[in-house]
Amino acid sequence: VTAASATHAPGPRARARRWAAGFGKRETWAAYAFLTPWILGFLFFTSGPMVASFVLSLTSYDILTPPEYVGLENYRTLLEDPKVRKSLENTLIFTVMLVPATMAVALAMAMILLRVGRAAGFFRTVFYLPQMTPPVAVGILFLLLFNGSTGLLNRALEAIGIPGPFWTTDPHWVKPGLVLMSVWSVGGTMVIYLAALKNVPRQLYEAAAMDGASAWRRFRDVTLPMISGALFFTFIVLTIAGLQSFTEAYTAFFGNQATQAYSSDAALFYVIYLFQQAFQFLHMGYASAMAWLLFLVIMVITLIQVKVSSRFVFYYGRR
Amino acid sequence: MSGGWKRIALVVTFTALLVTIFGGSRYDASASGETRDADTLSIMGFGTPDEIATVRVDRAKRAIAPAELQLIRGGFDQQQFLSSVAAGRPPDLIYMDRQLIGTFANRGAIVPLTTCIRSQKINMKQYRATAVKEVTFKGRVYGIPEFYTSRVVYINNTALASAKVKTSDVDGSNWNRLRRASVKLMRGSGSNLSRIGFDPKLPEFFPLWAKANGHEILSRDGRRARLNHPKAIEALTFAYSLIRQHGGWGGFKSFRDTHDFFGARNAFARNQLGASPLESWYLNVLAKNSPQVNITLVPFKNRKGQPINWATGNTWAIPKGADNQREACAWMKAMTRWEAWVAAARARVTTLKRNNEPFTGLYTGNKIADQRVLNRLYEKSGKKGFDNGVKTLVRVQKYSFTMPASPAGAEFQTAWRDAVNRVLSGQQSPAAALRQAQREAQAALNRATG
Repeated sequence: VTAASATHAPGPRARARRWAAGFGKRETWAAYAFLTPWILGFLFFTSGPMVASFVLSLTSYDILTPPEYVGLENYRTLLEDPKVRKSLENTLIFTVMLVPATMAVALAMAMILLRVGRAAGFFRTVFYLPQMTPPVAVGILFLLLFNGSTGLLNRALEAIGIPGPFWTTDPHWVKPGLVLMSVWSVGGTMVIYLAALKNVPRQLYEAAAMDGASAWRRFRDVTLPMISGALFFTFIVLTIAGLQSFTEAYTAFFGNQATQAYSSDAALFYVIYLFQQAFQFLHMGYASAMAWLLFLVIMVITLIQVKVSSRFVFYYGRR
Repeated sequence: MSGGWKRIALVVTFTALLVTIFGGSRYDASASGETRDADTLSIMGFGTPDEIATVRVDRAKRAIAPAELQLIRGGFDQQQFLSSVAAGRPPDLIYMDRQLIGTFANRGAIVPLTTCIRSQKINMKQYRATAVKEVTFKGRVYGIPEFYTSRVVYINNTALASAKVKTSDVDGSNWNRLRRASVKLMRGSGSNLSRIGFDPKLPEFFPLWAKANGHEILSRDGRRARLNHPKAIEALTFAYSLIRQHGGWGGFKSFRDTHDFFGARNAFARNQLGASPLESWYLNVLAKNSPQVNITLVPFKNRKGQPINWATGNTWAIPKGADNQREACAWMKAMTRWEAWVAAARARVTTLKRNNEPFTGLYTGNKIADQRVLNRLYEKSGKKGFDNGVKTLVRVQKYSFTMPASPAGAEFQTAWRDAVNRVLSGQQSPAAALRQAQREAQAALNRATG
């Protein structure tokens, strides 16, 4: 199956003219009226704080005393702070492991669900249930299930003759452990894939089967291209979520005095370090600068993903 | 629907949305549990978990009458507290770790108690000098000390007897002997560890190990970090070697995490620990949950063989902008005077006698109170370990040292603690980790002092 549909996109001027012309219609006004709550929310609760955060990033501010302008000092400190480097490195490694693992497991589960037949509803609910577990609970469960001596996972591994690693204390295994724990909650991604899989036309599989395509060829040349839109969407969303990871690792390693005392650098994700700077040490200006660096990192990574991935994405029926 | 009705419906919907958005943004203090008025003393960070708290609270309530008491639920939350100060709506009183005093005083989040002490005629001499030093910043007192936590070595006699190790081998005075004793006491290794020989309690007790090696990690004025000093590096290297003997941090920590620290099946009761420096309050935990344990408490000693005691504890402090400072001051005085402590101790003794549990003393920031509790209420339980334990806890108090109040206490603590954790997890050598910690801590101290 080949998929190529050339489209001739209008230029920016033409698009602007078309957009302005839309205001001649009552439907456009109605649409904007319905969009107003979101627009206001964005202005007051997103873009407003973003501007404030940028201004604060140029100051030294501890909440209790008025901000003091320091120019680009906070950004200069960012470059020299070894913990910024470490936390960024941790976050990137975690994301690189998390995204493909989540996508693979979610896709596998969605394909199983597609074949379950009458019990599909039951299994769909069962598979989705872990998604309902609060991330804080996941963080605590991580410490219990992944304990190197008594954790359920290591006991299971031991039963089949594999000595399990110290997931919660060995810096080399902390991030893989957190990824495994996060993969547990793939229900949301799975549901998206399930919907995409249900939309793949049956006749494409029938035609491929008649041509003698094996199950693997049908998966590679029919299924994957046909759900590539969903894969692309989850790829972007999961990457952003990975780069903003906070709750599970914070609960497990930094959430209270006891866990904080033993907090490992291996679990210091960027947003956790940002949170510490802002709310533990009250370096609001520095934390704001950190937030802008993260914004920049996410934006660059997303742009690269969009540029690279768009070549592999196929939208069925698009002209 | 005609065009006119459509327009009206649209306008109504739009207006309702605006009202919802902007009308709902008005701050409702009562909904967030921050209801306050002039006749209510609000306290953050304090709870009433036992008779030591409730008896004193009843007395202190009378001292602030007719004002009412409002305890803000939950432990002390630094972020919540500082936000409330910034918003101009702080609680009237806070109850927190004494080590935070310098940070808050430096930021102007709490007020000096000079007027309070004078107006309420609070006798500061009744409090332990080391505790008062901890709450003194730039020559002014910012807090009234409450409990007084000491650190001594808890020894599992059963383990020592079976391994033929002497008490003096594990008191810290001779590091070579301690290392050998720990190996003898240990059972198993790595993921098969079944008994820790000697737990050095890292990272928490790193300042104690540095002090044992004749070094303080923070200058006396609290402004200069001294983390990369050779003696600090040597202390960390040694303390870490005690963990490495057990097969490394991974197995050690995983095994320790399985201990039922606050329960009847704790590490002493189950023979899972040979010896370890621990806080004074743990004697009370053992007395309550496993009074049958065979333990000995000895002072932690420095390398010259002299006892040392790292003392910490909680304090009361008044936030900047507190509405009811007079009541707050009266409360602090009433809660920490010796009569209140003795009344509370009496209530505890009664409860313990009823349950046939040993009374292990009360260790407060008020030395007169402690003395009177010991003289008037304390009776030997007949359980040798606990009776000697009380003696040891009383004895070590005169060897106390504290961390000075520092303008960046929280950052300083994070810097050395993270360094020790990096060493434990094998990411850095003690020297490299403490060098990094020195840079981080000093940078924070410089920022705080301008």
